[in-house]
Amino acid sequence: MTATKEHVTIKGNKDGLIFLFNDHCEFPVLLSELQYKLEKTHQQILSGPTINVHIKLGNRDLNVEQEEKIKKLVSNHGNLLIQSMESNQKDIKEENHDLKIIKGIIRSGQSVHYETPVLFMGDVNPGGLISSTGDIYVMGSLRGLAHAGKTNTGNKEAIIAASYMKPTQLRIANIVSRSPDESADEGAYMEFAFLEDDHMQIGKISELHKVRPDALQF
Amino acid sequence: MGEAIVITSGKGGVGKTTSSANIGTALAMLGKKVCLLDTDIGLRNLDVVMGLENRIIYDLVDVVEGTCRIAQALVKDKRFEELYFLPAAQTKDKDAVQPEDVKKIVDSLKPDFEYIIIDCPAGIEGGFRNAVAGADKAIVVSTPEMSSVRDADRVIGLLEASDIKNPKLIINRVRPNMMKSGDMMDIDEVCSILAIDLLGVVPDDQQVIKSGNIGEPTVMNPTSNAAVAYRNIARRILGDSVPLMALERKKGVFYKLKKIMGIG
Ligand SMILES: Nc1ncnc2c1ncn2[C@@H]1O[C@H](COP(=O)(O)OP(=O)(O)O)[C@@H](O)[C@H]1O
Ligand SMILES: [Mg+2]
Repeated sequence: MTATKEHVTIKGNKDGLIFLFNDHCEFPVLLSELQYKLEKTHQQILSGPTINVHIKLGNRDLNVEQEEKIKKLVSNHGNLLIQSMESNQKDIKEENHDLKIIKGIIRSGQSVHYETPVLFMGDVNPGGLISSTGDIYVMGSLRGLAHAGKTNTGNKEAIIAASYMKPTQLRIANIVSRSPDESADEGAYMEFAFLEDDHMQIGKISELHKVRPDALQF
Repeated sequence: MGEAIVITSGKGGVGKTTSSANIGTALAMLGKKVCLLDTDIGLRNLDVVMGLENRIIYDLVDVVEGTCRIAQALVKDKRFEELYFLPAAQTKDKDAVQPEDVKKIVDSLKPDFEYIIIDCPAGIEGGFRNAVAGADKAIVVSTPEMSSVRDADRVIGLLEASDIKNPKLIINRVRPNMMKSGDMMDIDEVCSILAIDLLGVVPDDQQVIKSGNIGEPTVMNPTSNAAVAYRNIARRILGDSVPLMALERKKGVFYKLKKIMGIG
């Protein structure tokens, strides 16, 4: 293993370690260099208390398999704990911003996924699932599960809006929020869900332009 | 050429067999030639509800396996001339019957009957596919409970994906006072989730249980509320526009308006 050009840079800060990955080299090169560094040149970081690791992917976007490989490699080294994996490019590069308009009804046991933001004209019933890499707007009753921002790394800017909001569960990126267990309460009209500091929040549709000025602008 | 209607629900114990027996009998009371077909192999009980158990010689599996002809397996009802019944097998392996077999049998019944009512087993597996295979239309039965509604929804999705379009809904075991107090889902709520046409609403009625025990469909009993509901359902199947009974009626727009304005 020659490391003439560094593809993996490991830096420390007060929170733990930052792994900076070069985004021009091939993925296997990156992976083997990471392994080399963890095992040969940076063994000293592998003992001692748990260290938080933040991985910065630059403009590289990983697929699920690649992401798994990195996670596995890092977690194989005892005390390293991945806290985040971030890519600058990912949303811009991969996501299709064209709003798709769909009509129908998503019944119990049915699921649909869109690689675009979606305007769904109809109901999503309990036991039904709608997911999208971007925003989800349900013009109808949302009684099932909606998962917005469902990308490899999770798009936390995504929102879920519904004419009638009484979901069994909402997910945005990797954040899950379920309906209160005392389900007696009525649903609400014209609301949307969004993430604020990784917490699911609900607002009136009329507030959407303040919370997400960029939503629905294509 | 007759029409085959499957009665299904997903969930068990919500009233498929009860509805099959009563709708079949009500159609016969209205002078139609009807054949009831039980596809719940291993758990048959349409014969018991109809009071015909002791007359069974052959069953569906015998027909499929060629042990007998269809005509030999048909059991004639003890009350109506034009009502027949093809029982499911009680003891045989349920994999003995495939969807093509049921379709063949239903198709061969169609020239001789105006309505073929198919009682479907619970679930969405093989038994469901058998029951649905020969059907032209479907009636989905649900009680006003979330678990039942959810299974009905699942089944409607499967029906819509098959060749059977526009299934109709029966809401069974309704208790008006529980709905009023909010302890039971109301008709509006069930209809708005399932989003299919409402064929009728059947009240929870002790007569149904009594009738089941003596082997005489409730619809024959003039004092039963459920009987009235099933007779109305039969007439709607024939195309009459029978208004919904008081308990079936949805809350009107005016009611809602008043509610919004806070004077309801
Ligand atoms: N409207 C009703 N009122 C009271 N009891 C009912 C009613 N409908 C069905 N039942 C009872 O519920 C039980 C299950 O009904 P059944 O028709 O056998 O359901 P399924 O065929 O869907 O499993 C039976 O004991 C039946 O007598
Ligand atoms: Mg049954």
